[in-house]
Amino acid sequence: MSSALREIALADLPGLRARHPRQFRLLTPGRLRAVAALLAVAALLALGLWRMEIEPARLLTGIGQLLHFLRLMLPPDPGGWAQLRMMLQGLAETLAIAFLGTLLAALLAFPLGFLAARNATLHGVVRFASRRLLDGIRGVDALIWALIWIGIVGLGPFAGVLAIATADIGTFGKLFSETIEAADRRPDEGVTAAGGGGPHRIRFAVLPQVLPVMAGHVLYLFESNTRSSTIIGIVGAGGIGLQLAEMIRTLEWQAVAFILVLILLVVAAIDALSGRLRAAIMGRGEEPRA
Amino acid sequence: MPVKPSRLPPARLAPLAGAYAAVQRNRRQRLLLALGVLTALTFLSAWVAQVDLPRLLTHISRFFGYFDRLLTLEGGDAAGQRVWTDPGEWFWGLHRWLPLLADTVLMAAVGTLLGTAAGAALGFASAGNMVRNPWLRHAAKRLLEFCRTVPEIVFALIFVLAFGLGPFPGVLAIAVHSLGGLGKQFSEAVENIDMKPVEGAIAAGAAWPAMVCFGALPQVLPSLASYALLRFEINVRGASVLGFVGAGGIGQDLLEAIRKFHYSDVSALLVLIIATVVVIDLLTGRLRARLAGMERAA
Repeated sequence: MSSALREIALADLPGLRARHPRQFRLLTPGRLRAVAALLAVAALLALGLWRMEIEPARLLTGIGQLLHFLRLMLPPDPGGWAQLRMMLQGLAETLAIAFLGTLLAALLAFPLGFLAARNATLHGVVRFASRRLLDGIRGVDALIWALIWIGIVGLGPFAGVLAIATADIGTFGKLFSETIEAADRRPDEGVTAAGGGGPHRIRFAVLPQVLPVMAGHVLYLFESNTRSSTIIGIVGAGGIGLQLAEMIRTLEWQAVAFILVLILLVVAAIDALSGRLRAAIMGRGEEPRA
Repeated sequence: MPVKPSRLPPARLAPLAGAYAAVQRNRRQRLLLALGVLTALTFLSAWVAQVDLPRLLTHISRFFGYFDRLLTLEGGDAAGQRVWTDPGEWFWGLHRWLPLLADTVLMAAVGTLLGTAAGAALGFASAGNMVRNPWLRHAAKRLLEFCRTVPEIVFALIFVLAFGLGPFPGVLAIAVHSLGGLGKQFSEAVENIDMKPVEGAIAAGAAWPAMVCFGALPQVLPSLASYALLRFEINVRGASVLGFVGAGGIGQDLLEAIRKFHYSDVSALLVLIIATVVVIDLLTGRLRARLAGMERAA
């Protein structure tokens, strides 16, 4: 039956074309836009390839090298008990840096978040200033902050804690202020109607709504900081990054693989733990509404 | 006649009040326990991380002094003045820094593009509603997890050894690390699509590529583009430090300026990086708002 329909349609093709010109147009605006986007992407790639001086020969030798490294990585091996102890100590430092840095940043960013939120700030100028301050802090990578703090408190994990804390104040401030701005206005109006002033409104209307969400943000950033604090040792700010960079530079590939496996395991464990904690907190946050 | 407020008789009120008090006590105890655990963990971490508060307090003035020196010119006629009194002297290296900055942005752009393409492929491969084969799905998921967890600067360190110094290993490192993050977001977006167009495509006889192309891809394309733009902004920031390990971009100059204590150079470079990030943040933010509008209209 369908082939018969097809015959009829094919026989009437000129008529169909005349009656539905839009369906037969080759260049629809949507297609033009897609082609333009693809061309832009291709031009960007070509520019990149030209600027990066990527030659096929270099690519091939590089990939060969990578495969060679990969073969040398197996099996992962710490290379002796002394090294294993140092790695575990580095890992503990990494976790401590992530934990303390996140906590410190959250505490410092808490008031800043209120100042940067439209519905809780003191004045428009204060809001603008605190927003720009947070933007500026966020624009600088944690590794740069680490270099700056090393100049002040010296090499070691303490500089890492301070670096993670400073870098995260910007992120936390932004997330917190967005959470506060998204809070439901009705409890706020209720407290005002019952005669509550500014502090009352924040304590009884805003905080109960935003605290569980903020705790979720804190846990999420703790997960992400566990990852960033693994590398902060590359510039000498404590943690397992120092050993990792050292092993890569001295081409100890088995030890590199061992450290990478350790990091993967710890990050997976932290993710699972904080995922469960977050679910528990979110569940409790919904309790009053039910 | 005024209504007399009615109260429960004490015999019935007492158990209710008792139950309320018990619930409150329970909550308070859990809160105290959580605070106790948090405090213990804090002290443990402080001990492991060699936190030295007296040291911080004695040297904290150096932190603010550092910013003071960052904003003071060193060379030229205006040495000792604030940096903004002589922008020409402050940004003396602009002719060298601007191409490096453009390189950094280009590295981030190309890396994000490559990462988006690979991440989209792997994201589809790890989505439960697209791929029935559990082995393929698990393999894709583990690969994404690995790429996401290993930081890009570690990839950069390894790639610099394999491919030599320069921006190319940086691009690869950005691509590999962002494909991990993007792949996960994509696969979650794909798992949340409406399956009716997919079933329609299969019923009309579409093979797997056609089904993905006509049934699934149009639904996730806006969110895919939105995630990629967000990632681009993150990658510009990341690319600015890849030069620390010799993987191209402006990071090399920044590291040198910090290590050699060329304070006004450090502040000039930081200002350039922050301005670039803010501009890209604004541009991608606008594009993403438009994409969100498209998504709602679709």
